[in-house]
Amino acid sequence: MQPFRVHSGLVAPLDRANVDTDAIIPKQFLKSIKRSGFGPNLFDAWRYLDHGEPGIDNAKRPLNPDFVLNEPRYRGASILLARRNFGCGSSREHAPWALADYGFRAIIAPSYADIFHNNCYKNGLLPIVLGESEVARLFDATLAFPGFTLTIDLERQTVVSKDGSMAFGFEVEPFRKKCLLEGLDDIGLTLRHADEIRTFEARRLAEQPWLA
Amino acid sequence: MRRTLYDKLFDSHVVRTEADGTALLYVDRHLVHEVTSPQAFEGLKLAGRRPWRAGSIVATADHNTPTQDWAHGIRDPISRTQVETLDANIRQYGAKAYFPFLDKRQGIVHVIGPETGATLPGMTVVCGDSHTSTHGAFGALAWGIGTSEVEHVLATQCLLAKRAKTMLVRVEGRLGPGVTAKDLVLAVIGRIGTAGGTGHAIEFGGAAIRALSMEGRMTVCNMAIEAGARAGLVAPDDTTFDYVRGRPFAPVGAQWDRAIALWRTLASDEGATYDATHVFDAAEIMPQVTWGTSPEMVVPVDGRVPDPDRERDATRRDGIAKALEYMGLVPNTRITDIAIDKVFIGSCTNSRIEDLRAAAAVARGRRVASNVKLAMVVPGSGSVKAQAEVEGLDLVFLAAGFEWREPGCSMCLAMNDDRLEPGERCASTSNRNFEGRQGAGGRTHLVSPAMAAAAAIAGRFVDVRRLS
Repeated sequence: MQPFRVHSGLVAPLDRANVDTDAIIPKQFLKSIKRSGFGPNLFDAWRYLDHGEPGIDNAKRPLNPDFVLNEPRYRGASILLARRNFGCGSSREHAPWALADYGFRAIIAPSYADIFHNNCYKNGLLPIVLGESEVARLFDATLAFPGFTLTIDLERQTVVSKDGSMAFGFEVEPFRKKCLLEGLDDIGLTLRHADEIRTFEARRLAEQPWLA
Repeated sequence: MRRTLYDKLFDSHVVRTEADGTALLYVDRHLVHEVTSPQAFEGLKLAGRRPWRAGSIVATADHNTPTQDWAHGIRDPISRTQVETLDANIRQYGAKAYFPFLDKRQGIVHVIGPETGATLPGMTVVCGDSHTSTHGAFGALAWGIGTSEVEHVLATQCLLAKRAKTMLVRVEGRLGPGVTAKDLVLAVIGRIGTAGGTGHAIEFGGAAIRALSMEGRMTVCNMAIEAGARAGLVAPDDTTFDYVRGRPFAPVGAQWDRAIALWRTLASDEGATYDATHVFDAAEIMPQVTWGTSPEMVVPVDGRVPDPDRERDATRRDGIAKALEYMGLVPNTRITDIAIDKVFIGSCTNSRIEDLRAAAAVARGRRVASNVKLAMVVPGSGSVKAQAEVEGLDLVFLAAGFEWREPGCSMCLAMNDDRLEPGERCASTSNRNFEGRQGAGGRTHLVSPAMAAAAAIAGRFVDVRRLS
């Protein structure tokens, strides 16, 4: 996994609550058996004027000029600013895969759905929670100042605007922070405890043989 | 210390705990389907690993499979590749059970887990699918995971998890005639919201929950995720044990007796405390119909579509306006004035035998309205389909003008050919009314099976209790 330490990038504002993972990556793209290549279909139904299907050339499709990510000023954005309950619905990890493949390294929102939140950490995508009023200020600043960038420092757990006028702290669980800072592979970490798992399993299956 | 059911289930699966409280939880049952597993198996292979305990795996193909013309196989080559990839992975690594496409017991993963006894009280059950919460109806700790975690379970038989907060949703009293588990859970979501349960495991209790069948409890726990909770729970009782007894993977003989003794301890201790509690009176719950693009956008059938101008919160007001625009609805429209184009009875929420009986009871001797282009019934599994046919329900549906299909996820998420066309409006017994969920531009209204059947007959939403 790609480590996350410090990241500075352009901010794009997605101003709606309860954005679900069906909207982030529609179902027809879930037929892929790969982990990559979902970026061009991120927010497909909002981003394009026509209907997308796997295998068609997305570069030739008509873009929806009203969709925020299609505005020239947000081209190259790597930090997504969102509203409450972002990533609700389906557990599809294709959602964080699509966001990361598009180029996002972090999301800032007042809250996330649990499964999506968890999936982000597995893909080097940092889901930052800030308060509603802090997120509202960031929306205002992003809309007011073209080229508005933020610097996210995971070690220090801070989000700071370029001129330093806005600075917020955020919480992150220590274990997740460590994994993300070092780009650690969860499975490798867990397998260090293989003996404990084996012992636990043997006892459990002996006591409740119907679980085998 | 008095513990909740959630605490007991969590504690009994902890292998070890990190300093910050992150636990390594042992997974008893791993349900696998074709959409969220290929990348996990590939990752496993690339790392030179094998499944830790293939005997924990129960797999099926359900999301991509067609619901008609099975003789023609899966026509979409991309879907077919995905299903064949699952076939190959299970062939290579093995499983406790595999119900592939065309198997007569194939079906929706959350229907076949319980009906085969692969889901048992006291288990941890995971699957790369958010509706894994369904299995909590058995007093199992069950939750949906992403593909990285599918790989983690394959490789280690464990998951990293932080203890969730606990929420009790207590539903007292008795549901009225014609009011079902679906209406109950929609009413709960309508009150607590789609993020109301975020960070929590919801335990459903109270007389109205105890009175539900296992099918009803599964419907309720299935939609816990639509309230934001990864897990829903109902303490197991005689209703649970009567359902489980005799199923293929259920314990027998002396083991059954030991299992029951253990399972009876799976209830929250008297006086255990929850981080949040919500109390409902079942008698006040009416048949529900969603009007918007989130399951929390729901009203009783005698209600009206809301008016965004009356909402004070700006984000909410904007959400209502966007939803009404997408749904093609005018503020203050009566729900019963909304005409429909299609009807979908199926999904992991409502495709079990009891659901089909409820819909058939409404359809019997009636005809689907002429303005309804398609009314389809998709059983949750081959076993449900066979049982329904033994009872003659297929004939009731066919006589009324419904289509009787093969099992699968079908138009709940429209990965196969079953879908809404842009602008089409559907009465659906599924779980999500998100934009485009049932097909790009499609408009979904979530209802119970009886209400969906009633809508098919009337051509618009009606109160099933008043259907003449």
